[in-house]
Amino acid sequence: MSTTTETDVMPKLTAKDFASNQEVKWCPGCGDYSILKQVQTVFPDFGIPKEDIVFISGIGCAARFTYYMDTYGMHSIHGRAAAIASGVKTLNPHLSVWVVSGDGDAFSIGGNHFIHLMRKNFDLNYLVFNNQIYGLTKGQYSPTSEKGKVAKSTPYGSVEEPFNPAELALGAKSTFVSRSLDRDPKHMQMVLKRANEHKGTSFVEIYQNCPVFNDGTYFAFSEKETKKEQAIFVEQGKPLVFGATEDKGIKFDGLHPIIVNLNETGVSVNDLWIHDEKDKTKASILTRFADNEFKGESFPRPFGVFYQEERSTCEEAIENQIKELTARKGKPSLDKILSGDKTWTIL
Amino acid sequence: MEIIENNVVNHTPIIEAESIVIRFSGDSGDGMQLTGNQFTDTAAFVGNDLSTFPDFPAEIRAPIGTTAGVSGFQVHFGSKEIFTPGDEFDVLVAMNSAALKVDLPRLKKGGIIITNIAGFDKKNLSLAGYADGINPLEDGSLNDYTVHKIDVTKLTKECLAGTGLGMKEIERSKNMFVLGLLFWMFDEPMDYTITFINEKFAKKQDIADANIKTLKAGWNFGDHTEIFASRFKVSPAKLPKGTYRNITGNHATAIGLVAASEISGLPLFLGSYPITPASDVLHELSKYKTSNVKTFQAEDEIAAICSAIGASYAGGFGVTTTSGPGMSLKTEAIGLATILEIPLLIVNIQRGGPSTGLPTKTEQSDLLQAMYGRHGEGPIPVIAASSPADCFNTIIEGSRIAIEHMTPVIVLTDGYIANGSEPWRFPTADQLPKINVKFVTEANGPDGTFLAYKRDEKLVRPWVKPGTKGLMHRIGGLEKHADTGNVSYDAKNHGIMTEIREAKIQRIADYIPLAKVECGNDKGNLLVLGWGSTDGAIKTVVHELFKEGYDVAHLHLRYLNPFPKNLGEILKNYTQVLVPEMNCGQLLKLVRAKYLVDAIPYNKVQGQPFTTSELKNKILELLK
Repeated sequence: MSTTTETDVMPKLTAKDFASNQEVKWCPGCGDYSILKQVQTVFPDFGIPKEDIVFISGIGCAARFTYYMDTYGMHSIHGRAAAIASGVKTLNPHLSVWVVSGDGDAFSIGGNHFIHLMRKNFDLNYLVFNNQIYGLTKGQYSPTSEKGKVAKSTPYGSVEEPFNPAELALGAKSTFVSRSLDRDPKHMQMVLKRANEHKGTSFVEIYQNCPVFNDGTYFAFSEKETKKEQAIFVEQGKPLVFGATEDKGIKFDGLHPIIVNLNETGVSVNDLWIHDEKDKTKASILTRFADNEFKGESFPRPFGVFYQEERSTCEEAIENQIKELTARKGKPSLDKILSGDKTWTIL
Repeated sequence: MEIIENNVVNHTPIIEAESIVIRFSGDSGDGMQLTGNQFTDTAAFVGNDLSTFPDFPAEIRAPIGTTAGVSGFQVHFGSKEIFTPGDEFDVLVAMNSAALKVDLPRLKKGGIIITNIAGFDKKNLSLAGYADGINPLEDGSLNDYTVHKIDVTKLTKECLAGTGLGMKEIERSKNMFVLGLLFWMFDEPMDYTITFINEKFAKKQDIADANIKTLKAGWNFGDHTEIFASRFKVSPAKLPKGTYRNITGNHATAIGLVAASEISGLPLFLGSYPITPASDVLHELSKYKTSNVKTFQAEDEIAAICSAIGASYAGGFGVTTTSGPGMSLKTEAIGLATILEIPLLIVNIQRGGPSTGLPTKTEQSDLLQAMYGRHGEGPIPVIAASSPADCFNTIIEGSRIAIEHMTPVIVLTDGYIANGSEPWRFPTADQLPKINVKFVTEANGPDGTFLAYKRDEKLVRPWVKPGTKGLMHRIGGLEKHADTGNVSYDAKNHGIMTEIREAKIQRIADYIPLAKVECGNDKGNLLVLGWGSTDGAIKTVVHELFKEGYDVAHLHLRYLNPFPKNLGEILKNYTQVLVPEMNCGQLLKLVRAKYLVDAIPYNKVQGQPFTTSELKNKILELLK
């Protein structure tokens, strides 16, 4: 492990330093390229020595990410990256651990590990590239595909309600819930930095376009023509404002959010919902914006850091318990363990 | 420690016995496991050799009084060497009618029955399924036995009257009455149990006092009443000199892991999910957190093994413990560890299967799963423990192979030896072997590159801890290039890698001991070839028959993959090879396939270990 001194004198790394010698093999135009680029761009700023970074992934297009980073990494089995990362972080809390997953990997086959990882709160980062489709298996609906999705295995449309990943993460007691998208590099870089800074499991949902099997799913939120009306980028301490001319706001009407026109008389920015990452009630409403479930009104899709909470991390709690026990009871010798308390001797 | 004084001179004659089998049997809530354990610890303490067999239902509290709820604890103790818990009992303690019904068939003719008659009232008899009006204690059906009808419940109540304890607490003490009586019958001291009670109820002195009072009342009952015609004395066994403790297989497994961590210098990580009969290893190991041990109760069996893989990847020693159904769930991850080529120990405490099967009963039916239960060609070493104490040695050896050969290893034990116990002449720390760990910190390829799958003379690839400067690399479940470890879909490379993975496991045969015939002649008529927990039964029978002049020998295998290099030669030295297994012939298939030996099966799949008598009959049949 590197010492602090070595880190201090280490010349600043560049994005290129984080690129492995492996050829990147995603489809042309895949949103994963942008995510890889943003990760490689922001990592030098983190100041973490490359050898202390570990990427763990499961299976799927997103999971190949591990091979393209010049760090330590394991491309494992479908859905299990969270469980593997738990072991890595427990054994060596010093490592900077990044899990890369997709919507099928994280929420379908790995759903159980996902929810437990959120509640356990290891200090690691969990990126989900959500493209609402199974890409590597060539186009089946995923647990985040919209109801009615026509895909290979659902020629007449999917009949299932999808997961809303941010809502799921919050419900599973995640301490950091955020969302960004592949076509907004600056925003993604900001969210990645916030994720790295957060001490605890940082859940980052990244809307990612699959140009082959689900092209354009998120264009409403990423393309110039519609973005301002259909997306809202939340910032800590700022009112919830959106619209082509920033003419719309969101405020509370009792327990429900409503959209107001800021150009109307009597409507003031001062009455709007102020984003507060520490407020779980607000976060739980914000994450549900996708579902149009508030009085049937269509809300813009939110992006940014929805929720952030300081809570002791799992690996810290494990270490503290060991320290406390050691101070109180000491470490028994192996001979003592082998003999136990009750022995007898045959002469 | 309290001295027990016997003021009354009792004239009951004491008969010297070489070995005795006692079966404590009662309702799940009657405390039979605790009673049996206390008797066992005391017998161990006075120097008897012994073997125990806790035999309990899968339900925590099956309906009271029914045969489904009968919980048994069998202890075989003696002044000679004891290898099994015994086929039949000399003494049956039956706390109720159901217990008698379940266990009477295996009581020796002429054996002693100690009953609590409170468990033989109309209701209990009916719950146990006796026909209306039938009471075995009164209908003469037990005339072949010596029956002691004692109202243990009433005597316990009388003993504790005025103590201020509630009826529930008082009733709960009745097992101590029986234990006290048994101590008297076998002339064993009560001191050990008195100390135990005082420690267990250190914060509840009234409960401790009540238990001790009842224990002594049981002893005095034997001493004062003249209903017992004889007492028994089992002298200390002539065991090898040394210091002993009593240990169960699961306990030995847990401290084996602690020891493996210490002798390898690697931090231990146990990822586990509760499952019968493996949970005790997780419980026990969780107590050793100050010994460089981290235990992690994962969300499921898959997460349990995957977290262990993560821990090994991070530079620790990852272990997962489970039983049959859990093994099935871990299968994909074992394949991952196989292609990653990282150390990992998988302990399967086998139970009756398939599916949920018989969770609390024993079986050896996961051997072929351990050998072949992965998709693709996924060879890994498999070794098995042969007795409760041997779990310790097997864990150390499995850990050594996993770490020094960079491979997942499956250790098989089973419910019989996991819960059973025996005296263990434990080693001292400095007697343990070393496990050599080599973390690579320097580049090993041309131009300072790092080749993650470049192999040494053992065909073992380098182990690099994340955090090591300059050696960043990626590994994964996709087929890898034979040197670099990078993803490779090349057809020939896949062939090469498949062969290397197999050769690497087979090469372990160069680093394990040769097989050795334990008892009998090196050549001859019949070799009994066993593995795992059948050791005690086979050993007992073969020792006896060989001593009587029969041409029979015993070889017990610890290493199942790879086999010891000389196994094929040994098998050819005998006219017949008998393979007794608690499955339908799994080792049998392996030795037949590998050595083309027409080995003879002897199988039992009833959730119970072999009895020595059934095994003896089978061997004698072959020796005719």
